[in-house]
Order: sequence, then structure tokens, then C-alpha cells
Amino acid sequence: MKDRSYRAVMARRNEIMKASVGIDYDRYRITDIAFDYERMMEEIGYTLEEVEKIQRETGVGNTPLIELKNITKLIRHISAPGKGARVFLKDEAANPSGSFKDRRASISVHKAKELGYKGVIAATSGNYGAAVASQASKRGLKCIVVQETFDSRGIGQPEILEKGRACEAYGAEVVQLSVGPELFYYFLLLLEETGFFNASLYTPYGIAGVETLGYELSKQCRSITGKDPDYVVVTHAGGGNLTGTARGLRKAGAHDTKVVGASVNLSGLHMASDKDFNRKSFTTGHTGFGIPFAVYPDRSDVPRNAARALRYMDKYLLVSQGEVFYVTEMIARREGMQRGPAGNTSLTAAISLARELPEDAIVVVQETEYTGAGKLPSAQLSFAIENGVEVLRGDPLALDKPGKRIVIPEKPEQIRARELPLDKLRKSYLKELAKRGHRELTAEDLEFISADLRLREDKIMEMFKEVLKNG
Amino acid sequence: MIALKAKKGQWVQIHKVVLNPEERAPQVPEDTKLVPLVMRVKGYLIDEEASVGDLVSIETVAGRKVVGRLIAIEPTYTHNFGKHVPVLAEIDREFSQLADSLNEGEEK
Repeated sequence: MKDRSYRAVMARRNEIMKASVGIDYDRYRITDIAFDYERMMEEIGYTLEEVEKIQRETGVGNTPLIELKNITKLIRHISAPGKGARVFLKDEAANPSGSFKDRRASISVHKAKELGYKGVIAATSGNYGAAVASQASKRGLKCIVVQETFDSRGIGQPEILEKGRACEAYGAEVVQLSVGPELFYYFLLLLEETGFFNASLYTPYGIAGVETLGYELSKQCRSITGKDPDYVVVTHAGGGNLTGTARGLRKAGAHDTKVVGASVNLSGLHMASDKDFNRKSFTTGHTGFGIPFAVYPDRSDVPRNAARALRYMDKYLLVSQGEVFYVTEMIARREGMQRGPAGNTSLTAAISLARELPEDAIVVVQETEYTGAGKLPSAQLSFAIENGVEVLRGDPLALDKPGKRIVIPEKPEQIRARELPLDKLRKSYLKELAKRGHRELTAEDLEFISADLRLREDKIMEMFKEVLKNG
Repeated sequence: MIALKAKKGQWVQIHKVVLNPEERAPQVPEDTKLVPLVMRVKGYLIDEEASVGDLVSIETVAGRKVVGRLIAIEPTYTHNFGKHVPVLAEIDREFSQLADSLNEGEEK
């Protein structure tokens, strides 16, 4: 019998991965840092037409693009004269399991079936679990979803409990774990035990599946308004949503559209902390994933991550938990659409952004998700209060304190996203390299990093020297 | 009435310690290092009969056999819509009033 200790299993990770995703990542390796990203995406992914065909088979995609006229009216009411862009929303909740994650799951599960795997496994506490479970049930495969669910008191985060319920509804086995990064270790053990396919969010399949989202929204926006969106706002966590959407926009020829990432600010909370775990009201789309994955994408569950947010992000906006709850109520009351937290994060950032733009500008929020028990603001705020978090009205910009205080705006004018400069993230990216022992960058490294960060090579060298000197 | 004993084939939930505190990953923060990594999973009971707290075997829906302590018989979902949250009711009322005033502004 194989050694099941943490250290032994982690040491076998590459061989387990290779057997479970059917991808030989060594083919694309250039150096420890660099790899041939575009060749990997081309060879392993599918063309946009193939992805569309696969998604049609299981009813994924082709979701409506809806203009939020009442919210636009409200934005104009609180903006300077002539300001207040039109805001549109892509209603991804219309996908089979209720989120855009069906797009990602559809391709991975199709691939698993084609390669002859008997089942699929996904490590996720998010909507992706339900998406994989739903697609697996459509294609007749077994499914296991591994979730980080509860703290050491055995108390589960309501949103994650709901996502687990959805997985079970679609026929998946849900393995619930307590807090800790060793989820990955257990995930590897399960892959080894079952021989199932690793339906990772971060393979080229997982990204190719999202490209149709960007492609569709560009086509829809042109048909409704006669032009491409000026901005597309994407809730950012692991980077796949942003990467896939941006690539889809480019494939549609929407080269001038700016791609904005939006995350809930959870700074100060440690993501692997047992005590902090149930002191947050958002389980994804937050900075606890958004920043680490942007600055070190290859921390994911595959050797080379296909989701590389900094390649595509034009701007990064942070919003607070209280603002997103406020906007969640707003879209229900003003637009008659009750939707889950993820899309409302980008909607909050979009409202803030739209106030600064001229009236003829177009901002598209590119996702929604289903909502209900566990996910609603009432469920999350009740849970926060039970866990000792204070909930009050006020100016979030001045008073927000993740884990301690949730501040709900007193008026729409207090919806104000904070911009996190991309250069700060780029510097962190280089710090991550230094942390991993890199002291010199080869010509190949520089070329790769330049594409990864969208920064000139001389600027990278300058920044890297500074990082090595000052840490 | 909660059944005290589970019978073979019944839907149950088990738990199991995956890693003891001293076996946890080196990068884990201090508070997490003090507690074990615990796993819960549901499935159909393989044993003839068992009580909560017993070590049992189950078969999961994915067909795996897993051994662990029985913690629940026919477990239910406990998450819900939450309580009445006054602050949300307050916002909702403000949005309705705001809608009225915006509509009036248009009619004038």
C-alpha cells in the first residue's frame, strides 16, 4: 500500500496529476518559470466553434444580456450631469445548474468522457461543484466534489452548505472537509483511489469553456446597442472567469473593450485560519483568492495554470461585503431579479465605475448566479451576527473591517469601489518568484513574464532588482 | 422522533480524522494547527445495524467504500434563509421610496 502521509502524497502530486488530467505539461515547459501558454491553449483547448457545439449538447450558454434600466436611472440620478453609463447584465443564472461555471464544467466533463474516465472529481467550495455534478449527470459519469465546508466546531458556512446540497441534488458524492490547505492533499488521495478525471478549474478546458461567454456578450451587445461594451466587469477569484471572458472578447474582435476585475475586499482575514473561516460572508470572488491567484497563478491544482488574470486585466476594483449586500437588495427591488452573490460583486464595482463614465458608455456585468437558502443576504448576515460580526449602516469606505464589521451603505452614493493598482500586483508577482528562490531571470523568463504581466522587459528587470534588494 | 439505530442500506453521515494536529501541513496557521483535519461524507450504511458514534462502513453515491464514525442517521440540510435582518428591511424600504421619487421626477 502506498504511503498516505501528507509529505508522501504531496511528493507524488505530479504523477497523480498527469494520470488524472490527461495533459503532459512537460511538453509546454520552457524554464521553471516560463512555458508556452498559447501553444498549450491551442493544442489542448478546443476552438470556439467546438466549445459552442459541446455546450449546446448539454444546454449550456446562450444566456440573455439584460439592460438594467432602473439601475442605470439610479446611477444617473447620483452622478454628475452627463455621467452615468448604461449597465447590462449577462444572466448566467440561466445555465443548467445556475451559474457560468457550467461553461467550464461542460468542456472538462466532455473531455473526461471522451478519454474514457468513469468519473470526475473537482476540488471546489463554489458553484463549480454543482456545475460539474450537473454535467456529469448529463453525460453519465460519476462525480465527487471535495469542499472546505466547516470549522473545528463543525459549523459549516451557509453558502458552502447550499452549494454542497446542490451537488448532492445532481447526484454527486460530496466530501466535506474542515478548514485547511490540505484539502489538496485529500483531493490527490481521492484521485489516486478512484482513477477519476481531475475536472480542474485551471486546465485549458476550464478556460476554453468560458471563452463563449465573452464571445456571446460582445455579439449581443453589438446587436442591442450597435457597439461593443466599453467595459466588462468580471468577479475575480481564481482568474478563470476573467481569462476566459477576455479571450472570448478578443475572439469576437472586441479589442477596445476594457476588462475590469472585481473582488470583495477581505484583507486582514487569513484564508487558512480556522477562526477566520466563519467570519467572512463571501466564500469566493474575494481578495483571499483574487490576489494570490493573480500574483502566483501556478499555485493551483495543475502544474501550469491556464487562468492568468494579469495577462488580461485592465483594472482591478475592490468592493466591501456591505456594499455587495446593498446592491443585492437593489437588483431585487429595482430590477426584479434576485440573484446570488458572485455577480453582484461585479455589479457593485460596475455601479461605481458607471458613475464616472459618460451616458453613452456601456458597462457589462458578465455573470449572475442562482440564489436561495444559505446564499441570500439574510442568511449570510444572520450567520455573521451569530459569529460575532457587527452589522451597521454607514460609509463602507471609512468603516469597513472584514471579519469584525460589515458596513451597509446609507445611500447609493456610498457605493465606491477602490482601485488596487496593477503595478502593485505585478510587484507581488515578482516577489513570489523571489520567494521561490529565483534570483536571475533568463531571456525566456523575461519574455514569458512580460506577456504574463503586460509589462516591458526593462521595467520588469527594474522591478525585480528592487524586489531582490528590498524584499 | 430521531432513530437511535441505523439499519443496513440507510442514508447516513460519517466523519473521520484525516490528519491529526501534528500531521498537518507546515504552512498552516497556528490556530488551524491546533485542530485536526476532519472529513464528513454521506452514503448508504453497509453494516447490519449501527448507533451514532460507532465505527461503520458506508457506500457513497460514487461507489466508494469509506470507514468512519457514524454522526447522523438520515441527515437533513440545516442551512436556511436566515432570520429577519432589520437592516435589510430598512434598505428595501429605502429602495422602494427611491423608486417612487425617481418615477415622480420623470412624470413631471
